[in-house]
Amino acid sequence: MEHRNGNKYTILVVGLVTVFLLLVLQLVNLQLIDNTYKINAENNALRYQTRYPVRGLILDRHGKVLVGNTNSYDIIVTPYDVKPFDTLALCQIFSLDPDEVKETFRYYRRYRTRIGYQSRVFLKNVSYSQYSLFIEKKYKFPGFSASPRSIRSYGYNAGGNLLGYVTEADPVFLKKHPEYSPGDYIGKTGLEEVCEATLKGEKGYDIYLRDANNRIQDHYENGEYDKPAIPGENVVSTIDAELQHYGEYLMKNKVGSIVAIEPSTGEILAMVSSPGIDVSLLSDIGANYKTISSDPFKPMYNRAVMSPQPPGSVFKLVNALIGLQEGVITESKEYGCRNGYHAGNLTVGCHTHPSPVDLRESIMMSCNAYYCNVLREILDNPKYENIEHSFTKWREYVQSFGFGTKLGSDFPSEKGGFVPSVETYNRFHGKGRWKSLSVISLSIGQGELGCTPLHLANLAATIANRGYYYIPHIIRDTDSLQIDPKYKERHYTMVDTSYFEPVIEGMHMAVNTRPGKGATATIAAVDSLEICGKTGTAQNPHGDDHSVFICFAPKENPKIAVAVYMENAGFGATWAAPTASLLVEQYLNGGVDPKRKWLEDRIADGFLLDKVPAWKTLQEKLENDDR
Amino acid sequence: MVICYLLLIIFGWLNIYASSYSDESASIFSLDQRSGMQLLWIGVSFAVICLILFVINPRFYFSFTWWFYLAVVVLLIAVLVIGKEVNGSKSWIALGGFRFQPSEFSKITTSLALASIIGKYNFKISNLPDLAKVLVTIFIPMGLIILEPDAGTMMVYCGFVFMLFREGLTGWIISFAFLIILLFVVTLKFDPGTAILVLLGIYGILKGIVDKRVAENILLYGVIITALAFIPRLLSWEPLHKLHELGPHYFILFFSVVTIVVSLIRHKRGNKNYSLRYLALTFACSVLFIFSVQLIFNKVLKEHHRDRIENLLGITQDLKGAGYNVHQSKIAIGSGGLLGKGYLQGTQTKFKFVPEQSTDFIFCTIGEEWGFVGSVGLLIVFFTLIFRIISNAEKHTDRSIRVYGYCVACCLFMHVFINVAMTIGLFPVVGIPLPFISYGGTSFLSFSTLLFIFIRLDLERWK
Repeated sequence: MEHRNGNKYTILVVGLVTVFLLLVLQLVNLQLIDNTYKINAENNALRYQTRYPVRGLILDRHGKVLVGNTNSYDIIVTPYDVKPFDTLALCQIFSLDPDEVKETFRYYRRYRTRIGYQSRVFLKNVSYSQYSLFIEKKYKFPGFSASPRSIRSYGYNAGGNLLGYVTEADPVFLKKHPEYSPGDYIGKTGLEEVCEATLKGEKGYDIYLRDANNRIQDHYENGEYDKPAIPGENVVSTIDAELQHYGEYLMKNKVGSIVAIEPSTGEILAMVSSPGIDVSLLSDIGANYKTISSDPFKPMYNRAVMSPQPPGSVFKLVNALIGLQEGVITESKEYGCRNGYHAGNLTVGCHTHPSPVDLRESIMMSCNAYYCNVLREILDNPKYENIEHSFTKWREYVQSFGFGTKLGSDFPSEKGGFVPSVETYNRFHGKGRWKSLSVISLSIGQGELGCTPLHLANLAATIANRGYYYIPHIIRDTDSLQIDPKYKERHYTMVDTSYFEPVIEGMHMAVNTRPGKGATATIAAVDSLEICGKTGTAQNPHGDDHSVFICFAPKENPKIAVAVYMENAGFGATWAAPTASLLVEQYLNGGVDPKRKWLEDRIADGFLLDKVPAWKTLQEKLENDDR
Repeated sequence: MVICYLLLIIFGWLNIYASSYSDESASIFSLDQRSGMQLLWIGVSFAVICLILFVINPRFYFSFTWWFYLAVVVLLIAVLVIGKEVNGSKSWIALGGFRFQPSEFSKITTSLALASIIGKYNFKISNLPDLAKVLVTIFIPMGLIILEPDAGTMMVYCGFVFMLFREGLTGWIISFAFLIILLFVVTLKFDPGTAILVLLGIYGILKGIVDKRVAENILLYGVIITALAFIPRLLSWEPLHKLHELGPHYFILFFSVVTIVVSLIRHKRGNKNYSLRYLALTFACSVLFIFSVQLIFNKVLKEHHRDRIENLLGITQDLKGAGYNVHQSKIAIGSGGLLGKGYLQGTQTKFKFVPEQSTDFIFCTIGEEWGFVGSVGLLIVFFTLIFRIISNAEKHTDRSIRVYGYCVACCLFMHVFINVAMTIGLFPVVGIPLPFISYGGTSFLSFSTLLFIFIRLDLERWK
């Protein structure tokens, strides 16, 4: 019987200390070391509600709004708060089918546990009048509310396939861009896509507290930690809205494209691809996407940068410049033309014109025979060991004009086009089994050449600049959005500046010579504008020739360079040349001379859609639909 | 002690307000609030404390001990008949406007009863009739409480074993209990094979202590355990695949029994040591236990206990069901960090993510709003209180007062340990309040009474 048992007392105290240390240790672990519980707690109690920023505007070069914002209204429903209501009245406001509404609510009921206290979008994009009607009668529909959303609006009905559109991010996009979350809107195609980073702005959020039942309780800390949305920055494009609109007006009911560039900067003034998209379809692209994508004329397809075609006679300019630089011809060199070029059993036809012609006249009258001779001189130049060498040299020249590769424009989905190489012909004919005659069609811009209208406009700008170009671009350099310095660099061709003058004079004569002298583009002449141009008529095996025209004006200090490519429209002089001249006149004079009004009407009213293969497809489709 | 007590009740009262606090809460004194109600109980307790300290003669307790004891037993029986069922256990008696839990008071009466038995002259715990008296005194209320059922209070009764240990009970009993708990956990968490290996390891260490050749034994058994651990791997080897169906733990068992038998026989030659026999007996019992763990677990325990234990051990993870409380509680405590979110600023508590916040899970509120500093501070206060109680109890020459002091300390310790350990995920969830802190009139009143009877008895020293 012991009164004091120090030993056991000590054991108990030690045990007590151990147990309390154990508890403290776990607290150290939970509160100081392990972070997962902290994060969990935030997810538990805080609810971040996104504040969407206003998307930046797209302005034209003069500050006119091409793309702006307007409100659209979504009707939101919180199924948990809905009490029995007058379904018919609701259907009347939004002209809905009552059965569909019932179906929707059956769906909500089926997934009520998953929905909980959350809201669902009941209707998207209702009109303002429906919205105001609904607001008036909102008290009748508990659980319903309207939420305004910013959507795109368009200042001009112009550039539908240039501007691109804004749409909800799809799962594929979200996977690639983890910084976006479902429900975000993103720019797709065109400028909206290119300038997404600038336009989108920065999302903000409101922080709310919620309780264990997921009910929103209150603003966290009275909104102290909320983050306001930062609106997107505006983008200034190089487009001239009026010119773009005018170009689309001229191109309606025709398939083709117009590209206009300011030669001294490389800024694209207008880029028309026809048929285009009506901008009114863009703001709610989701609803109209099917119509647009199933159109056989492919309005989404931007021909101006995506459609490489043979350039036709405008390519003679390139060959003339190469010939001059290579020294195989001089500006006074004359060749005869007997309705074409004849070599052995090969004939390249030509139209009737005075003969012989010198370099200037060959451009003015677009003589085929002249350029067959020029190309043969270039390729059979004894300076080179064989045709492979001379052809490679020729190709280098052509490429120095930007042909055959993507120019590197800031516009998306640009195509590179095609310039044949030695390998191309080795494949066709066999190595060493082809000569200059085999590739003679290249002399007049036919054969294995593919240039986009952007390439052609760039050619016009290069000639206007007497030997260099700036990469065509569509976004203007501003303080908020600096463009890549590559757009400020001159890209020189391999042809010296001095050789451009006779070519330009030829182009000037082609437009400004009195009619009847054999000049091809007199229809494009505008008093005092000094337009220099070259027609082209690109043959194609699938139908009528494509009508091509490139030009710049004025001759000295050019302000605009234009390329027009009209598919299956026939002679360059008939459609493309007048279109280009009207565009130039509009740009330089701010309007069309009343004396040329008849020409404007003729072009604008022209209907050429039935000439393209897609027309047939459309007819067949319509017939099928009728049946 | 009184200072600790006052600190605890003020802290507890503030936190009850915090735990039921939400933005539109009324004043901390409002009687609609739990904090208001608690204040009322604090007032009642103060009255009782004054009674205990200044009015009632300490001799009074020991003369009426058995009447109290009897009264509480009657109440415990009554609660089984007319009790109100709350959360699945019948532990409440509703009397007029108030409800109370007789099991709370039973702790006081049992403590007093134990003090008076053990305090008798000539009591010796190794004396079988004396031990029997003690055990019966404990088991009558404990059995009734098990019937309610109230697992928490039952465990508090288990805490009396520490008092008995102090009064002469051999330490082997407690060690054996710990061994059983360890094996239970290991068997459930891993498999019987691992449990046997652990057991073998403990056997090796203990044998070393008995032999006084610790290092040698640890080395020897370490090698054996490592070798045996390869048996499951060996059995999954293709040619022995058939044997695998028997279960690897049988093989481990076979080899470990052989090991022990061999080591015992080797010892026989030298000295006759009873401890070694006890060890072998313990080993046999433990093996039996290991093989019946699954049976006990599945048949004896209730389903919600099973779920809680499985969740605690991480065998299953059910964050929405059985694991919800603890998970949310850990989140709340973990989110407190070093300094906490500040009084009344806890988001987890404010929005009722943790159920039973002002009662059993009040430690979450403290952990979240007062952080690590607050929680550890609270634990230190509790530790000081318990430590003071037992060290003061030690100073008494009157054995019954010492026993009573130990009983109080055991009760407090079990409550604090189980409650805090369960909120931080170290113990399965059982309903048990944090003394002086949790909301609850009966609990508060009975703890105050329990403590202040001891303080009053302690004053006898100065006479």
